[in-house]
Amino acid sequence: MNITVLIINSIALAGLLLAFVKNKEKAFASLKIALKSFIKMLPMVFIIIIFIGLLLGFVPPEQISRFVGEQSGIGGVFLIGLVGALMHIPALLSFPLAASMLESGASITAIAAFITTLTMIGMITLPLEIKILGKKMALLRNGLSFIVALLIAFLMEMIL
Amino acid sequence: MKPAQDKAKQKKKILRDWFFLALSLVFLFILLMIFPEKTAPVTSTAWEYFMEMIIILPAVMIIMGIFSVFISDETVVKYLGKASGFKGIAISIFLGALPTGPLYVAFPMAATLLKKGARPSNIIIFLSAWACIKLPQELVELQFLGVDFMITRLILTIIFVTIMGYIIEIILEGNRQQMNKIHQGD
Repeated sequence: MNITVLIINSIALAGLLLAFVKNKEKAFASLKIALKSFIKMLPMVFIIIIFIGLLLGFVPPEQISRFVGEQSGIGGVFLIGLVGALMHIPALLSFPLAASMLESGASITAIAAFITTLTMIGMITLPLEIKILGKKMALLRNGLSFIVALLIAFLMEMIL
Repeated sequence: MKPAQDKAKQKKKILRDWFFLALSLVFLFILLMIFPEKTAPVTSTAWEYFMEMIIILPAVMIIMGIFSVFISDETVVKYLGKASGFKGIAISIFLGALPTGPLYVAFPMAATLLKKGARPSNIIIFLSAWACIKLPQELVELQFLGVDFMITRLILTIIFVTIMGYIIEIILEGNRQQMNKIHQGD
């Protein structure tokens, strides 16, 4: 049990207490939404865990670091950024996935690029975004987000 | 999208996820049958990651549930619509970061705000914050990648997303002015 776990669960508990004091009905509604989204996410959680198990169990670190490690250069970062942009998994699950890649030899740059493109860019939701916000704004946002993600990724490596 | 249609789509997506899980399990079993010596490392890492997730995910879901019920779309639109300057940036980031819903929920809100005359830069910042500076995400990032990684990425993201907001605003405004000139020339 680490400090992060304690903080997250305390926030949830405090929030829940506050919610029940303020409005009982709304508090129950929140719990219902939480339970529903948890169940909805569950299969994806298991899929990611199986993937992580296989990744760390089967793929030798040298292979991973050759593609997205310290020596892979800008090509590897570009590639993993692209994977993040195209992938459609809940953002919350990108972090354990990134941690497992880091553990198996990926560089900080690579996983920062992966997380940032995965969360900021939505290829699946792009048609909807174009429809609601217009072609220009949607394409500019997603396109520039990719460049921004790569910049953030390289700066991360320099800072950390 | 009609609610009924939306519900059917959701149901289909959930079924598809369970189907993929079954497929992954079959794949896993076949692989471990061929390479039985890998069973121990694969199951122990999978278990380790599962435990790390399961002790925070319910709490994260509860935090998201509370915010989505207690903070309405109208509240967000109200505060974001009239904010400007540095305060506008701060409010855009803050409201985007509140733990409520997936990104596509924010698109209609952004469209409403633009129609009401909110600055495009603030809207881009709001959408980007919604996408990648969400409180629950930061908490899970803290758990799996550590405090240094999380803070550094958070600060860099805020800086770059703000710059991006202004660049997009300049491009959009420049475009509009050009269009106006063309129309005046007619």
